[in-house]
Amino acid sequence: MIPFQYTRASDVADAIKQIAADPSAKFIAGGTNLLDLIKYDVATPTRLIDISRLPLRNVEETATGGVLIGALVPNTDLAYHPLIEARYPLLSRSILAGASQQLRNMASTGGNLVQRTRCFYFYDATTPCNKREPGSGCSAISGINRINAILGTSQSCIATHPSDMCVALAVLEAIVHVTGPAGARTIAFADFHRLPDNTPQLDTNLEPDEIITAIELPAKGFSTNYSYLKIRDRLSYAFALVSVAAALELDGDTIKEARVALGGVAHKPWRSSAAEVVLRGQRAEASTFANAADILLRRARGFGHNDFKIGLARRAIVRTLGQAARGTPQSISDKKIR
Amino acid sequence: MTHSGTTKPKGSIAAAPEKIPITLTVNGTEAKLSVAPWTTLLDALRDHLDLTGTKKGCDHGQCGACTVLVDGRRINSCLTLAVMKEGAEVTTVEGLAHNGELHPLQQAFIDHDAFQCGYCTSGQICSAAGLIAEGKAKSADEIRELMSGNICRCGAYPNIVAAIQQAMERS
Amino acid sequence: MASYIGSATSRVDGRAKVTGEAKYAGEFNVPGLVHGYVVDSIIPKGRIVRIDASGALGIAGVIDVLTHSNRPPMADKDDAYKDEVAPEKGSPYRPLYDDRIHFTGQPIALVLAEDWETARVAASQVRIEYQKEAHVTDLHAERTRAYAVDVPEKPRGDAERAFASAAISHAAEYSIPTEHHNPMELFASTAIWENGQLTVYDKTQGVQNVQQYLCKVFNLQPNAVRVMSPYMGGGFGAGLRPQYQVVLTVLAANALKRPVRVMLTRAQMYALGYRPASIERLALGANSGGTLDSMQHEAIAVTSQFEEFARNDTGWGNLLYKSPNAKFEHKLVKLDLPTSCDMRAPGAATGVYALECAMDELAIALKTDPVQLRLQCYSDRHQGEDLPYTSKQLRECYRQGADAFGWSKRNAEPRSMRDGSELVGWGMASGVWEALQVPATVRIVLTANGHAEVATAASDIGTGTYTIMAQVAADMLGLPIDNISVKLGDSTLPQCPVEGGSWIASSVCNAIANTARAVRGDLLELAKATQDSPLSGAGVDDVALIDGKIVSKRDAGRAVSIASAMQSGKAERITREEINQPSEDKSHARNVHSAIFAEVKVDEEIGIIRVTRVVKAVAAGRILNPKTAHSQVMGGVVWGIGMALHEETLYDHRFGRVMNANIAEYHVPVNADIHDIEVIFVDEPDEMVNPLGIKGLGEIGIVGVAAAIANAVYHATGKRVRDLPITLDKVIEFA
Repeated sequence: MIPFQYTRASDVADAIKQIAADPSAKFIAGGTNLLDLIKYDVATPTRLIDISRLPLRNVEETATGGVLIGALVPNTDLAYHPLIEARYPLLSRSILAGASQQLRNMASTGGNLVQRTRCFYFYDATTPCNKREPGSGCSAISGINRINAILGTSQSCIATHPSDMCVALAVLEAIVHVTGPAGARTIAFADFHRLPDNTPQLDTNLEPDEIITAIELPAKGFSTNYSYLKIRDRLSYAFALVSVAAALELDGDTIKEARVALGGVAHKPWRSSAAEVVLRGQRAEASTFANAADILLRRARGFGHNDFKIGLARRAIVRTLGQAARGTPQSISDKKIR
Repeated sequence: MTHSGTTKPKGSIAAAPEKIPITLTVNGTEAKLSVAPWTTLLDALRDHLDLTGTKKGCDHGQCGACTVLVDGRRINSCLTLAVMKEGAEVTTVEGLAHNGELHPLQQAFIDHDAFQCGYCTSGQICSAAGLIAEGKAKSADEIRELMSGNICRCGAYPNIVAAIQQAMERS
Repeated sequence: MASYIGSATSRVDGRAKVTGEAKYAGEFNVPGLVHGYVVDSIIPKGRIVRIDASGALGIAGVIDVLTHSNRPPMADKDDAYKDEVAPEKGSPYRPLYDDRIHFTGQPIALVLAEDWETARVAASQVRIEYQKEAHVTDLHAERTRAYAVDVPEKPRGDAERAFASAAISHAAEYSIPTEHHNPMELFASTAIWENGQLTVYDKTQGVQNVQQYLCKVFNLQPNAVRVMSPYMGGGFGAGLRPQYQVVLTVLAANALKRPVRVMLTRAQMYALGYRPASIERLALGANSGGTLDSMQHEAIAVTSQFEEFARNDTGWGNLLYKSPNAKFEHKLVKLDLPTSCDMRAPGAATGVYALECAMDELAIALKTDPVQLRLQCYSDRHQGEDLPYTSKQLRECYRQGADAFGWSKRNAEPRSMRDGSELVGWGMASGVWEALQVPATVRIVLTANGHAEVATAASDIGTGTYTIMAQVAADMLGLPIDNISVKLGDSTLPQCPVEGGSWIASSVCNAIANTARAVRGDLLELAKATQDSPLSGAGVDDVALIDGKIVSKRDAGRAVSIASAMQSGKAERITREEINQPSEDKSHARNVHSAIFAEVKVDEEIGIIRVTRVVKAVAAGRILNPKTAHSQVMGGVVWGIGMALHEETLYDHRFGRVMNANIAEYHVPVNADIHDIEVIFVDEPDEMVNPLGIKGLGEIGIVGVAAAIANAVYHATGKRVRDLPITLDKVIEFA
């Protein structure tokens, strides 16, 4: 670990000013991922700017019927917030599927979006890794890659995005509110995270001097037909091998609208508009879901240890859509998949 | 095959940053201390305040041994910078018993033999106190899930669940 | 007064542990404490060319950086580094000794600073230049280099021929990956100077082992160093041998003449010992009647290039099953890794896993119920040594375990039982371990106020040693348990070996009995010296100590209170110290046994495995404390579940590195993974194994559990997974 300075931001403008003045600085809010990475010598900021006291902790309804979530709302508060539990239960479930209650108490909503991959090689500062050290090579492609990506990979990186919450936010088509030196802007969730291509060091399209201030949820919450299914190597407190967030709007047995996103399989939550198109207007049944799964996984490619993720994801998609269609979302505490 | 290598430079240090004075309320008592920016709440408790009841099991938020209550909520003190908790109320395992009388969770852990080596125990008990305050866990399944951030390598889990159920009934 | 022995007693150290008062090795804070942070090797093999510590030394608060080239003197002979439980063959690793790199994670520098935070950041500024050499770390790639080591189990008959001509046979290879103990407490040592002597608080399972080792390594007089370990945050075998941090701590304390603490990181603990990965080949041949004709077990396990650690994985079948023909072979492969070491039930956890899976497969081939097959093959004698057992209630384990589990309701057909979307599997296995004893000495100091201090240099690593010793002493001295204080974890206390192998309970408790008898003799003499003593003429074994009195066994009315005996004899205290020597009687085999029944539920499509029920019936002689004994066995079952489903140290052999050197990605069970575990103690009186009939429980809990789960997974799914851990991708073909 290398030492760093510590300063506190007095308001959002001050935070932006401070980070713009020091390119080696980083914001810290919950710290659950950043401090972990600093201790492993993976992140080496020379200054931490504490934004945890900024007034970004509200959850409020928007004029358009959605909800605006302050970037510093702790994950637990968000998961248990009455508005979220009632109108966006998919988001609640996905948050509670991740990490532990202690970590969720600490982690912020904005921080969850910018958490970094769990790829073993990214975490081990002695091995080559293009994400940690651009140009050094990807050790995972021919290494221990059981946890790595099968979709959207590149020759330079096969890391995955580890968040559960973001998989639900992708389905809910959240909007990320950010502020930088040039002012505020919004980023559609689908455009927030990047694929690795040949710049795997960049996880997101957030500029280095921008700060996330809020996450906006559009009005549509899919609170009746949804499910979040997380498949992992132990029954709790582990990252996803594959996770699926599914949300349906049904008219009897017919699908009016469908959204599906995958976690644990790509450098970002993975959606496919084509897959959702084939669901629309069809009967909510396993064969329909399987068609969507095929499209979602059309370009999937394994790297040896993680080949199984393709078939696993296919089955998980069908199961999750089935749970959503039946209105019986996966329980967080009862681990049986119904 | 012989070749040489060097550890990669990890950046170099100019001057070590100044220590920062902070004030915490720990177990009801105000504590003033001076810490490095990177001193975690865990190290502040153990090394600076000699409150070694809070344990270091991984230092990376992976085991839960360092769990304490900050402003009433359970958190991993190993991933918390002490400077960021300026002004906070911290409760550690040392602060649970009152006037020599054990907290119901502490007594329940003894009654149900909910530990062996004892190293995860402080974290388990603080975590359980947080869990009860949250009020989200009712069933055994829910307790198991919401206590999964506290690893017990001795494998006392069923007894931990039983102890928490006893404490819940009595609180 | 009711007997404490056999009663469910809460831990006497419970209060200290739930309040945080119990102090572990890294928690002794003293003024002026120097903090050490280890810099370890990033390469698995080679040489240190140069160490540039200037960047670290330039940081305010850094005191020194110790390396092989500037450290104080250390012993230069292998013998000095051979601790009590070191492998017989090889040269033990010497920390910071020279420029050779033997394994990744080897310590190569120790940064010493005024506080831990400074030491930590300074460590990142130490530059090391290496000369790399080619390395090998992959057991499976190197298996052809395996060489046989001597195993105690000798061949009989012609196992190969009998196998070839068997009516029904089964042969297969099973494998277990490297596993790490991962006790919750980080390895740490604190060395404190007191009047020119060094007191070292160490995370160890054997304070005297560490003390003697330090004396040899640093050429110290025995009274120059005292090693303490009053509490230990989990051992499981990881703390049997002295670990390198204790050497570095003492090295630094000597160099600086200041108190020093060194605490390792979780990642650094992956460069200590580990359960060696192994490949186990089983070949079983049965006649058509369903009894064994041939039993062969070959194992290949990992050791380091510099030491030969071997625990026999094979031969456990000799304790369980009759077979006229048998052959066993244990082999090793030397790799560029630290030396492997004991980890909970070493040899048995792995060997019995393979054996009991193979027995399940044989039962299927024979179309016989797996319990029935075991009963048909049941042996009342140790097959290898042709000896009877001091006791063996394994039949009763099978019976009581099966009853509690409801085994009779099992449909033998795989995939025949289900619960909605989940396939249900019921599997079983046997477990076996040794009932060992080692010489141990206990001191009792009885004071006239009716309190007694009971002391030995054992450690309580969480197993409940403090508590069972208090129980036994209370009974033997006729005192309330609250009047007993137990002292452990101090090398100056009476001799006791390392806490391991499940031998401490029997060794120490029988030593308490011996010492208590001597105390009783002293009390009797005092009592007899009183005027008109009601005990005149009585011998030491004619009386017992009950309720604070010396009482005639023949006539309870004849008694003298301990207090008055001591008062009249003007004895303020009675101090006695006696050893317990294990019996040298070789006429019987001494073992503990168990039967395990496991239920798994496996999602038919996704392959997620949930272990919903485990029943473990154990026959282990006298159970001193059903409460702590239950916890110990239950903990072993949790370990078995982890072994079956989760645990695996992942190496990238290109780099010779552990890639999941943490406890986020090295998975051990969490609370959500563990459901109903029922522990049954089968009654097993045994006055032959030792006077108190104690067999020990530390290892038996894990043995056989992984096999029962693997067998249950097969029963649920029809898929036989032989390579642990059983992850969902091994259960389901995700084509």
